[in-house]
Amino acid sequence: MDWNAFHLSLQLAAWTLVLLLPIGIVTGRWLAKTQTRARPWLQAFFALPLVLPPTVVGYYLLVFTGTRSPIGEFIMSWFGVSLVFSFPGLVVASILVNLPFAILPVQRAFEAVSNELHDAAACCGMTPWQTFTRIEMPLAWPGVLSAAVLTLGHTLGEFGVVLMVGGNIPGETRTLSIAIFDRVQAFDPLAAGRMAGFLLLISLVTVALGYGVLERRGQQRQKSA
Amino acid sequence: MLSIFLEHDSPFLGVDFQLPIGTLSAIVGPSGSGKTSVLRAVAGLLTTERSRVSFDEDIWSNTGARCFRPAYQRPLGFVSQTFGLFPHLTAAENVGAALTHLRRRERSREAQNCLDIVGIGGLADRRPNELSGGQSQRVAMARALARKPRLLLLDEPFSALDHSTRKRLRVELKRLQDALAMTVLFVTHDLDEAAELSETLVLLRRGKVIQQGPTRELLRRPSTVEAARLMNFVNLAKAKWAGSDASGITLHWGDVLLTAAKGPKSQPDDTIHWTIRTSDVFLVKDNHPNESSLGTILPAKVVEVIEMGSSALVSVIVNNSGGEVLRLQLRPGALHRHHLSKGSSVKIALHAQAIVLLDPSDASLSANRAKSKL
Repeated sequence: MDWNAFHLSLQLAAWTLVLLLPIGIVTGRWLAKTQTRARPWLQAFFALPLVLPPTVVGYYLLVFTGTRSPIGEFIMSWFGVSLVFSFPGLVVASILVNLPFAILPVQRAFEAVSNELHDAAACCGMTPWQTFTRIEMPLAWPGVLSAAVLTLGHTLGEFGVVLMVGGNIPGETRTLSIAIFDRVQAFDPLAAGRMAGFLLLISLVTVALGYGVLERRGQQRQKSA
Repeated sequence: MLSIFLEHDSPFLGVDFQLPIGTLSAIVGPSGSGKTSVLRAVAGLLTTERSRVSFDEDIWSNTGARCFRPAYQRPLGFVSQTFGLFPHLTAAENVGAALTHLRRRERSREAQNCLDIVGIGGLADRRPNELSGGQSQRVAMARALARKPRLLLLDEPFSALDHSTRKRLRVELKRLQDALAMTVLFVTHDLDEAAELSETLVLLRRGKVIQQGPTRELLRRPSTVEAARLMNFVNLAKAKWAGSDASGITLHWGDVLLTAAKGPKSQPDDTIHWTIRTSDVFLVKDNHPNESSLGTILPAKVVEVIEMGSSALVSVIVNNSGGEVLRLQLRPGALHRHHLSKGSSVKIALHAQAIVLLDPSDASLSANRAKSKL
């Protein structure tokens, strides 16, 4: 069992979740309420990682954030880090790949909050921020929780983009899924199997816990009905 | 005064009217007439291309002066057709949502007070999905009243309720308005509801005000053919202007001479539209003198009798009138007392005060429209 890789996977999942969830909430809420004609294009853009092979996303990340690219040069000169073959690069890649998992459930949840409730809140004297925190968020939180669970689970198991952008540097970019691939390549099925089983268990528990909370909430509502 | 001027292209609105403060006013119109849009614009939930809305001296919007106060800054309460209760909050919390300026303890005490006022203090801990339609309406009303608004807006507040609940809540609204002396503006497509509750009535059609005024006056005297149609005046007829003197205006209705107490000036032989309420057409006995306090007595023939529960609608054609049908409303008892049936000869009385002359402008407009379509 490669505990370093496991630790790195957890770190990556945590950073991705912390940074991506606010992005998901803001973008999902905006997409749910905007009237812009560009909405279908924006939705398509955010959903792209669902349909594109991870290698394509990884390739473009390498092209646009490589040390010889303008963006890569800018980041290197301002922050002193390279996004290629480094942990910060993995986090950026993970955020991009997980955009649909963080945005789409949140968007659907905010879409379900009717305009009538917005109007009622405004006529109750609530500012737009109060309406967001007191009415919209409590009603949309199952969508936010779904987004968090999906992002966490997907990041823990992400392989293609991580390998393309981060490579396989122990302690720096080798996550659990890369370590499994590494062990398979090294004809070490026992270690690969142990890690695969562990990842399976962790993912299952994470997703089951998320669904459990949602289901309990649903039952409470049914009981009160 | 509550002063409302709104102009908008989609949905079309072109209204400019004023309503008295401290009373209950109603906007009535058919579906799609723009009633809800007017209410939403007054609330600040709909931004129109041009607007000027003010309550007393307080200006809520004025596009000319680039002034617009958003809904949450306007001192009003709003109850929508489906009540808009927050589903994740209890009844007390729903009311408390309008009291965010108070401290928590004060808020829950005040919320409970508001629920008590509308008579559902015992349901404070229930969520909206545990409330009946009538109870939800009361919670929405308590929430709208919680901030002690200067203006209460109600959008078809009783339409989602059953008949008996609707009747009960109408009485309660009237009682509440009397007690709080609040300005209430509500929209409805139900003229009876508006007639029962409001002191001032605004008739709206296709985004325009057709007529406005004190409810009683307006219900008796529509000013245009369109207003008469909107108010279900089924007796609409045409006559020729014959002249006017101190006793009133004389009309030629076919070969029959009619007198109307008042009406717009016109020229001899001009076509005049007139109407009379079904309840103002009286049936008189055969031996009744031709001139009486009941008005002009005219012989007529019954062409249709429809009995409907507690009333009967009798259609008659006045002899030599040109064939236009007049309808009168009778109690079923009167129907049998007079032995009325299709083909019976009767005498009816039309009082000069009850005959209302109408401005035909909209009728000619619709005629022109029909011509242009052809």
